[in-house]
Amino acid sequence: MSILRIEDLRVHFPIKGGIFGRTVDHVKAVDGVSLEIEKGTTYGLVGESGSGKTTTGRAVVGLNHMTTGKVFFEDKQIMNFGKRKSGLHKDVQMIFQDPYSSLNGRKRVLDIIAEPLRNFERLSKAEERKRVQELLELVGLSPESILKYPHQFSGGQRQRIGIARAIALKPKLIIADEPVSALDVSVQAQVLNFLQDIQKELDLTLLFISHDLGVIRHMCERIGIMYKGRFVEEGTTDDIFHNPQHIYTKRLVAAIPDIDPKQRDASFDIRQEVEVEWNEAYNKYFDEHGLAYQLQPISDTHLVALPERG
Amino acid sequence: MWKFTIRRMLIVIPQIILLSVLVFVLAKMMPGDALTGQLDPDASQESIDNIREKLGWNDPWYQQYGNWVVDLSKGDLGQSFTYKMPVTELIGQRLKNTVWLSLFSVILIYVISVPLGIISGRYNDSILDHAITGYTYLGFATPLFIFALVMLWVFGYHFGWFPTSGSVAPGMEPGSLEYVMSRFKHLLLPSISLALIGVVGTVQYLRSEIIDTKQKDFITTARAKGASESRVYNRHILRNSLLPIAAFFGYEVVNLISGTIFVEMIYGYPGMGQLFLEVIQLRDYSVVTSLVLLYGIAAVVGTLLSDITLSIVDPRIRIK
Amino acid sequence: MAETLIDIKNLKTSFSINNEYHAAVDDVSLSVKKNEVLAIVGESGCGKSALAFSVMGLHTRAKVEGEILYKDENLVNVSPRRWNALRGKDLGMIFQDPLTALNPLMTIGDQIGEAIFLHNSSMSKAQRKKKVLGLLDKVGISRSEHVYGQYPHELSGGMRQRVIISIAIANEPEVLIADEPTTALDATIQSQILDLIRELKNDMNAGIVLITHDLGVVAEMADRVAVMYAGQIVEIVDVETLFEQPLHPYTRSLISSVPSTEKHSQKLHVIQGIVPALQFLPREGCRFKERIPWIEDSEHAEHPELQEVKPGHFVRCTCYKNFYFPEDKKKGAY
Repeated sequence: MSILRIEDLRVHFPIKGGIFGRTVDHVKAVDGVSLEIEKGTTYGLVGESGSGKTTTGRAVVGLNHMTTGKVFFEDKQIMNFGKRKSGLHKDVQMIFQDPYSSLNGRKRVLDIIAEPLRNFERLSKAEERKRVQELLELVGLSPESILKYPHQFSGGQRQRIGIARAIALKPKLIIADEPVSALDVSVQAQVLNFLQDIQKELDLTLLFISHDLGVIRHMCERIGIMYKGRFVEEGTTDDIFHNPQHIYTKRLVAAIPDIDPKQRDASFDIRQEVEVEWNEAYNKYFDEHGLAYQLQPISDTHLVALPERG
Repeated sequence: MWKFTIRRMLIVIPQIILLSVLVFVLAKMMPGDALTGQLDPDASQESIDNIREKLGWNDPWYQQYGNWVVDLSKGDLGQSFTYKMPVTELIGQRLKNTVWLSLFSVILIYVISVPLGIISGRYNDSILDHAITGYTYLGFATPLFIFALVMLWVFGYHFGWFPTSGSVAPGMEPGSLEYVMSRFKHLLLPSISLALIGVVGTVQYLRSEIIDTKQKDFITTARAKGASESRVYNRHILRNSLLPIAAFFGYEVVNLISGTIFVEMIYGYPGMGQLFLEVIQLRDYSVVTSLVLLYGIAAVVGTLLSDITLSIVDPRIRIK
Repeated sequence: MAETLIDIKNLKTSFSINNEYHAAVDDVSLSVKKNEVLAIVGESGCGKSALAFSVMGLHTRAKVEGEILYKDENLVNVSPRRWNALRGKDLGMIFQDPLTALNPLMTIGDQIGEAIFLHNSSMSKAQRKKKVLGLLDKVGISRSEHVYGQYPHELSGGMRQRVIISIAIANEPEVLIADEPTTALDATIQSQILDLIRELKNDMNAGIVLITHDLGVVAEMADRVAVMYAGQIVEIVDVETLFEQPLHPYTRSLISSVPSTEKHSQKLHVIQGIVPALQFLPREGCRFKERIPWIEDSEHAEHPELQEVKPGHFVRCTCYKNFYFPEDKKKGAY
């Protein structure tokens, strides 16, 4: 059963221009995205800056206004959350990229983690404190640290505070927007391991947004590749990494630095080949506006954005 | 940039309209009117009403407003009943004096504040910097009218170096060198007083701009190119820090308006500010409203100038 | 044997915290030869950028001690005038963040032109422009004539990084220092920039110091690698050996914490504890000791030194000899 289904999501931002600041055009940040996530799995949304991956995630939790489209959560359509103060649905929570700026530095850890609890649940002070301490223990931080401030923690610890806040309401779906991009490799490992543990423990579904294909490959069962607001390819991790079909996916996969120095020349050659194909076959893969076509299934699991063949 | 400039200039139109409506409404709300005190007290109510009717004061307000605006555009600001002359003529003389005072003060403000700001920012946390920031704190804390009074007493009366009132010594031949020198002498003390207090904002602003720019990555890039420290300062830090100062210019003008009012009063300098305070006391409303309108326009145009200057010097706004 | 360009001996760069100096680079010795890429890899706060800035003489408030020999001239105590002659001419630098490393108020042409002018003021304006256009072509910017008059905000991140590279190579430097040159860039742009740097290297015959936290970048670019931890070099070796037979516990931990492509869904290695802040770094004994508490104290050297354990392979401390990961539960090195 799918826990989250997005149908033809579009998020367009107006561009103001001219002397009177009228809306002259729209930036189509997300331009017709559809996807489905199975319960308990991790779905990776990949793209470079400006691809619309973050906007997609934010639209699902209601942080960005949807222009059109439908979002179904557990087969119920969610019209617009945002009636609540936080603007977030109780069962859908978000983890943000930068652990340094996404936590309010003037609030204590207790208040940060308790914020969603206060929005959705009525707990006594003592109950609330107990819940926060449990959550801190769950994310591997000392329960005594509830009265500390974010700056007293390291980057990895801060990201875990962010995770504790996200799981406070026992959500079913977590949208993680570049959760490890700002972290060092060894700290990144810690957070990734921890996300996997907590996923098992709470039977969580993850929508993992990242530009880092190495991390995505490590974490996800299914992957969607975005380019200029549209999907260019979607499939299992194996489909994407071992059988990429769209030129953009090939280019992205070829750009991952190979950890084996002996493969250096080989991967350089592959990159050059892909670059040649990118330049030559660009019109085959993109329409006259440089945008991707509709996704077409090429196997049970694998979809690629190719022009419809007559 | 053109789009920006035109859009910015178009904003001025509603600003000025709003200002004129405000001024007009204010004038109408004042007790009495221009006839008060002008007519023979024995004049019959009927003849007064006749004159009112003839002058159009019984018309609906928008018609009166319309007439007023039409007169304004012809340069007719009405009649001052205390001076018994057209307001335009009355303000004309004073305006010239105030413009000179303001211009001179602005020049002094920049001549003093830019070097101080640069020294303070470049050598921040040095003794010199502490002295300069100490001065700016003092300047912020000292009210201009008290400072001006002290200056007047010390340099005007005690040492007698400067004249203590007026804009020129009596009996001078206009156009002669002595006349010019005399005007200059009369201008000096008021504008120095104004400038010494007026610089503090700019000094602090420039200082923090420079300290901020110093730490920017592109400064490291410049050093890595092999630029000497003086070049780094002159070419990269200064230019980038002076930019917001240029934009500050318009607000400086607005600041000056309130400054000149105090200073002109204290130094008995016959400018618009002095006139303003005088006519308020005398309830010469036609002059008051004209002056408010003028000051308002100066403020609007000042901020307009700032925004346009900024759009010219900053490519991030210019190229859009 | 290629000529040694930079020879750093016992370099110590300290910063003042509460009026007390603490070394961010502590007793670092290494050398860079002509036509080689030396990668300095480590996590944030390990001192790798402080090291790069020391070699460029770009620290404004740090105490730099020891020797940085550039062609037998000790840069640690040369005059500011001499530094200005060296920087941008003999030593070029590429910066991390292309969004902030260019002056927002100067055109691209002026910014590159300045680098040329500073070391060749006699060149005519027209010649200089020609040279700038040539540089833009060289770093792969098409429509160079158009870009010449543009301002940084009009260019994409990748383009700006190309501009910064063109500034760095404007005077064909002998040594090029690249401080995290691709960290702020997207993956496809990253690979393009790395390929560009590699091409330029073959072209210029320069020595390149590549500062990075990304082991993938190291594997793609480096000839030799110095691994830094807490201000010190813990291992120096050629790149192939680094990935095949890393010795120091920190190097091994770092490599196994990268989500590697083939071991999907396996647990990643996590280094215990955190890097202490600069003023709390352990200055005595092995600095990595606290992060590997399961290794017995006696395994560490009392005064850990960087020692050549095999030809060309330097390792600090003795704890590498019997190091094992607790999850492997089997003792012994490779």
